[in-house]
Amino acid sequence: MSITYKPRDWASQPHFIDSGYKSTALRGPTKPLIPIPQSLSELTGPVYGHESVGPLDNDLTRNARRDGEPLGERIIVTGRVLDEDGRPVPNTLIEIWQANAAGRYIHKADQHDAPIDPNFFGGGRCVTDAEGRYMFYTIKPGAYPWGNHHNAWRPNHIHFSLFGPSFLTRLVTQMYFPGDPLLDYDPIYQSVPAGARERLVSRFSLDVTQPGFALGYEFDIVLRGRHQTPMEE
Amino acid sequence: MALKQTPSQTVGPFFAYGLTPEQYGYPFTGISGGDLVTGETDGERIRIEGRVLDGAGEPIDDAMVEIWQADGQGRYAHPHDPRGSNTGFKGFGRVGTGVDPERRFIFHTVKPGSVDGRQAPHINVTVFARGLLMHVNTRIYFADEEEANARDPVLALVPPERRSTLIAQREVTPSGIVYRFDIHMQGDRETVFFDV
Repeated sequence: MSITYKPRDWASQPHFIDSGYKSTALRGPTKPLIPIPQSLSELTGPVYGHESVGPLDNDLTRNARRDGEPLGERIIVTGRVLDEDGRPVPNTLIEIWQANAAGRYIHKADQHDAPIDPNFFGGGRCVTDAEGRYMFYTIKPGAYPWGNHHNAWRPNHIHFSLFGPSFLTRLVTQMYFPGDPLLDYDPIYQSVPAGARERLVSRFSLDVTQPGFALGYEFDIVLRGRHQTPMEE
Repeated sequence: MALKQTPSQTVGPFFAYGLTPEQYGYPFTGISGGDLVTGETDGERIRIEGRVLDGAGEPIDDAMVEIWQADGQGRYAHPHDPRGSNTGFKGFGRVGTGVDPERRFIFHTVKPGSVDGRQAPHINVTVFARGLLMHVNTRIYFADEEEANARDPVLALVPPERRSTLIAQREVTPSGIVYRFDIHMQGDRETVFFDV
């Protein structure tokens, strides 16, 4: 038996050219993608496990402290990485990055005049456990303005990057927060078809919330599932 | 249990401090960068350089390019490849286009061997950018592998007039062997992107 992966679910994906998100006009490919068979090049992929993660990498409230705690609302973001058949995806690297509580990225190119927090960097990573579970401690990111259209604001979000077990399961996405009024006006969130975009919104969880410490949000991530097929040759 | 795939979103303009921190000078350790070669890596040392160009032909300065490749003997450092790379070569590189003054991505690596005897040597490429709602995949083939390229089953699926978008040109320079590979997101020379 050999493993191959189920196709990308195009009905769940944004289009490359999206009239609401201006930067796509010159950057999204316009010719149809060419399907190719899954060879060893696609069925393998980068392997980064526990050795690539430092002890504070999953705690963004502590991994950049200089002289105190970062400002803002402490939160816990946790969930499972699963495939389409509900199998856990263990031992896979998750990288996240986000704005601080004021809606300012540490990135040198961010020109928004909200304050930098000297005790917050905004980058983190962790590796899923045997059940595909991950957890981050962080600060709830603020909304920030951008130049896409008049009075455009990005909803609160955390960027996620995952590898999964192969080159085919790579995913970069964004996690949003429940009840954010900016979701209705955000062309990046709205670029995903209705019925699928809701999967990008985390759930508030009182069970995950730690008394007297931090609010909890759950966000499960689903990667491409696999077929088990007899060897072709 | 049938679950639905999580949709993709753009990497956005501010990925560098999280994903390519060392290249951009942030105080955070990244998992990889532009230099894939370690002391014991076998194979021909090469440099791969190129730009990611938008539909107006302008180089994109906030793209991120990842490569995934076999080692000099055509082996992937992954459990699915039963041969396994044993040279310490991880085969993965990642750089942003915002540091080089010419907006190039530059990888120092080795030329991969053929992975299965049928495919020509190639490097798998993933491109991310602000304005790209889902990453795209392409492949770098090598101009000096004409015979192997002519037999390659993936190149055979590409219309002949578009194959040249996948072939890196070899140049011998005083600082070593360079393969040039520009990625055109759109236009007459739009790079072939694969549905993998």
